[in-house]
Amino acid sequence: MTTTEIATTAVATVPLEHALILSGILFSLGLLGILVRRNILFVLMSIEVMMNAAAVAFVASGSRWGQADGQVMFILILTLAAAEASVGLALVLQLYRRFQTLDTDAASEMKG
Amino acid sequence: MEIAFYLAAAVAVIATVFAITNTNPVHALLYLIASLLAVAMVFFSIGAPFAGALEVIVYAGAIMVLFVFVVMMLNLGQAAVDQERRWLTPKAWLGPGILCGVLMIEMIRVLSPTLNGGIGGSVIDAKMVGIALFGPYLLVVELASMLLLAALVAAFHMGRHD
Repeated sequence: MTTTEIATTAVATVPLEHALILSGILFSLGLLGILVRRNILFVLMSIEVMMNAAAVAFVASGSRWGQADGQVMFILILTLAAAEASVGLALVLQLYRRFQTLDTDAASEMKG
Repeated sequence: MEIAFYLAAAVAVIATVFAITNTNPVHALLYLIASLLAVAMVFFSIGAPFAGALEVIVYAGAIMVLFVFVVMMLNLGQAAVDQERRWLTPKAWLGPGILCGVLMIEMIRVLSPTLNGGIGGSVIDAKMVGIALFGPYLLVVELASMLLLAALVAAFHMGRHD
């Protein structure tokens, strides 16, 4: 028995729809967070939740067909999340420094 | 392993609900870390150990620590928690909750009757991911490195005192 056969027998299968439903629920929760919260810190956290949900969908779909492409896309989503978090948190610091608040409505006026 | 998937999925959803409803930023971040660790468990249970390890190391370990550092730098006190509590009235939750609930039900109904196939039957290890990453996806890796460099420059430029 080779190692892949051992792995196949050891790991039972879960229907793909259940993983996609989990992804959909997490995405909806992240969207709800973005719509409801006014604090920019929580908005950024909700964006992380939504990207994580997309990553779950990619990894589950890649696992369904036994291909590594899903995990490659997961690594790219991870890169995007890291870049977004660093720029977003720098913006949070600037917002707090200029307006002394984390309310997103404080920065609603566009003036140079 | 099926029970691991469903337990981890339940933990992920519940922790995410607490993360987006909490008024204290640090508590919400800790719930979000719990949610990310649960998603890592989901990855392990469906046969993607490399993605699970990366989720723990990069997402829960690096990105969330960045959030925690920023919350510590902002030094938010009890006033911020009280203000969050004033903003989060039940009326504020009603409209977005209905919209997102409709969207979620729609997604679940669209996904439910389709492609019946099991996942987690085979393990995709780090070697397969690495071969794919540095073979057909090499250009995408270069683009990702450009994105990280741009993010580094932008974060340095915006984060400094002026």
